[in-house]
Amino acid sequence: MRVTVTVNGSQVDAEVPDRTLLVHFLREQAGLTATNVGCDTSSCGACTVLLEGRSVKSCTLLAAQADGREVVTVEGLGDGELHPVQRAFRAEHGLQCGFCTPGMVMAAVSLLDENPAPTEEEVRTALEGNLCRCTGYHNIVRAVLAAAGERQTR
Amino acid sequence: MSILGTRVVRTEDPRLLTVGGTYVDDLRVPELAQAARVTFVRSPLAHALITGIDVSAAKKASGVVAVLTAADIDDLPPPPPPPEEGAEPPPPGSEAAPLPLGGHWAEPLLAVDRVRFVGEPVAMVLTDETYQGEDAAELVSVDYEPLPAVVDFDSGLTSQSLLFPPAGSNVPLTIGAADDDSAFDACDAVVEQIIVNQRLAPVPMEGRATAAVWADGKLTVWVSTQNAQISRFILMGAFGLDMSAIRVVAPDVGGAFGAKIGADRDAILVAWAARHTGRAVRWAETRSENLVGMTHGRAQRQHIKIGGMRDGRILAYRNVVVQDTGAYPRMSGFLPFLTGLMASGPYDIPTVQTAYQVVVTNTTPISAYRGAGRPEATAAIERAVDLFAAEIGMDPGQVRRINLVPPDKFPYSSGGGAVYDTGEYVAALDKVLAGAGYDELRAEQARRRERGDTVQLGIGLASYVEITAADAAGGETARVVVHDDGSATVYTGSSAHGQGHHTAWAMLLQDELGIPMDDITVIHGDTDLIPFGTGTYASRSLQLGGTAVRNAAIDVKEQARGVAAAMLEASEADLELDTARGAWQVRGDPASSRTWAEVAAHAGPQGLAADANFTEGQPSFPFGTHLAVVEVDTETGKVRLIRHVTVDDAGPVVSPLLAEGQRHGGIAQGAAQALLEEVVYDADGNPVTGTLVDYAIITAAELPSFELLASETPTKANPLGVKGIGEAGTIGATPAVQNAVIDAVSHLGVRHIDMPATPARVWAAINEASATGEGQ
Repeated sequence: MRVTVTVNGSQVDAEVPDRTLLVHFLREQAGLTATNVGCDTSSCGACTVLLEGRSVKSCTLLAAQADGREVVTVEGLGDGELHPVQRAFRAEHGLQCGFCTPGMVMAAVSLLDENPAPTEEEVRTALEGNLCRCTGYHNIVRAVLAAAGERQTR
Repeated sequence: MSILGTRVVRTEDPRLLTVGGTYVDDLRVPELAQAARVTFVRSPLAHALITGIDVSAAKKASGVVAVLTAADIDDLPPPPPPPEEGAEPPPPGSEAAPLPLGGHWAEPLLAVDRVRFVGEPVAMVLTDETYQGEDAAELVSVDYEPLPAVVDFDSGLTSQSLLFPPAGSNVPLTIGAADDDSAFDACDAVVEQIIVNQRLAPVPMEGRATAAVWADGKLTVWVSTQNAQISRFILMGAFGLDMSAIRVVAPDVGGAFGAKIGADRDAILVAWAARHTGRAVRWAETRSENLVGMTHGRAQRQHIKIGGMRDGRILAYRNVVVQDTGAYPRMSGFLPFLTGLMASGPYDIPTVQTAYQVVVTNTTPISAYRGAGRPEATAAIERAVDLFAAEIGMDPGQVRRINLVPPDKFPYSSGGGAVYDTGEYVAALDKVLAGAGYDELRAEQARRRERGDTVQLGIGLASYVEITAADAAGGETARVVVHDDGSATVYTGSSAHGQGHHTAWAMLLQDELGIPMDDITVIHGDTDLIPFGTGTYASRSLQLGGTAVRNAAIDVKEQARGVAAAMLEASEADLELDTARGAWQVRGDPASSRTWAEVAAHAGPQGLAADANFTEGQPSFPFGTHLAVVEVDTETGKVRLIRHVTVDDAGPVVSPLLAEGQRHGGIAQGAAQALLEEVVYDADGNPVTGTLVDYAIITAAELPSFELLASETPTKANPLGVKGIGEAGTIGATPAVQNAVIDAVSHLGVRHIDMPATPARVWAAINEASATGEGQ
């Protein structure tokens, strides 16, 4: 079937099998490989992207479900420079191997859109669906709190 | 001021945060443009004979390029023959030890006439597209004749159902005996306990992945590995090819934790499929595949016995290990050997006895997982010390203080057989107790017990020592080149998979040469560029690979000194390098300065370049203490980890940011073993934790922020004075959290709970204790 998705502001138009998952559409048809596949049960969140501004696990949606809609991946987040959440992840050492990072960053962006001044517990609860095996989450949580603080003071 | 020890942010991050890493499945190199996708057909049975394979329907399916079985492997050299009858296995601890046992126990590439675990590769389907592979794999018809499955420790030791009938047994190794009770007979108090250190799945966020091309007589393999050069060595053996005919590249690797050492049979098969079919191929496993196909870790049953006097002195300790090695002994006896080596932990115990058996079972093979034998040793002795403390009615912190090796006893020859280099064990314990507010925690615990609160407080301690760079003599390589634009390149034999090698190596080079980090490129994991190296495991990188970078830099510096002296017509002795400016000058005369670019340009055609291969005379022994605080709901058994305080002393800290990150991640993985994680099989050998819905990876919501305390005791094993930090967190955290859970309910009569301390287990332990009337 024909699917047209606006990815990071650009229209991506492709003929794909009906069963194509959104994450595979992003990686293969849109050529954006930052979004990773870390499981096959919607458990890990490595594939988290924004669909119409809200975080979704892109392995849980068919590409067809995103037809005519807008998707933002981590590649589309910064505007020439690092987004405040990306900057905070670097400053606080919120990433190691980097595999969960694109999804984790997008989940954090979505969290801060919904709750601009979360407590530590709220950050931890909100990121429950995004697994990281390297950092023990300590610095990820600090990064999200730091990014929230930066938003507050801007 | 030196950059070492300062909080430098990582050079790796901008790329990983914006366009993402380039993991194997992200490679868009031209050689892989037409690559076929590999889908493995894996055994659905734990133990069965294969009586037939019909691939005809699969071959006709849409997009299928090839369907391959063991019968197609007619173009590889045969494996080495079994050793002579009665020949001794290689001694564990030798360089040969981590190699698979081979012989009767040899592991095939694709299953031939028998499958030995659920997930074992039976056939490969190559298709144009991924989804086609999943469809076609369904059409491969394999006839199995099921055999009784050997699933647990006891059936491994006793079952008549043999995995390798020619071997005549399911027990490839029985090493040592620990049956002399005389030292225990002299003790006031003796405690015994059976402990299960449960089977875990490593679960790096990126699973296994391999891509391969065979062109012009050369095999190029991209593999998600910790060791490009070891992978090449393995492939050389499998293919009978020379070093020059194989290039292995480790691109970005999305976590590994010991489970990506070298290249396993699946990776070899992908490489073989490329050569066999002439088509480029690529494979990235699914998570469900990863949970059965990637090696697991731990899987020990330990029988411990500890004895001592009522004044707190421990006089004797014994740990007899049964190591479930899964279907194939890929690590020989190496893991339980390390458990024995580190058995007595940081304690000065006069009599220490260890022994082990290795058993094969119809489960996923066991290999290294963060700590690899040492967490098992630490969990056992730390449980033993707590059991002993409870038996004599003494505070567990005090029992530890009495028995820790004192600082004046180093180098210390341990009862397990190791020689510990340096340590301040008591200081580490006291620092953690003070930092955590131990006395106040005990007071709060007493108040809750007094009130009979539903939610009780538990305080768990673990003092540990571990061994890093166990293969110190194996060494590590580095090559440093300074270019005529003043920039530098480091080629390292170490291999990064999240640790931040590129940042740390650039820091070391800037410190030595004064070339800014921004002008330094670090390259790892490409055997064409770095022919010799070992890679990353056993927390070896900084002490071996980092020292190699430093030594190569010093060599380059001495070369540059000669060139600069000639340029300035001065004697070498009068030359100095101003590392703040990155410039050479005659001592005390900044006006005479020559930049690195100028010196390198003047160095002649050979340039400024040096190789180093640093080997250590001995491993190093990091140590520390962890204290965990948990709340346990005595009505539901639910455990909440609320604080975790640690000292992890690995010598001088080159990068605080990276070292803390290693500790954080290690603590989380350790706590996860104590509380949540376990690979479970049913009685027929079917995995019941085959997805991330069933296998419980710890989340942010289940962890607190961690409280890290500093302590730096250098080793003499290398000029940086550093020890490894990659596994310490995991080694210390697991028993601290486990001890905390048991401590929380010890007043109810509970003396031991095996890991993971799930609500069901904790609740059952409380109820069993109250039923037998052991509560106070």
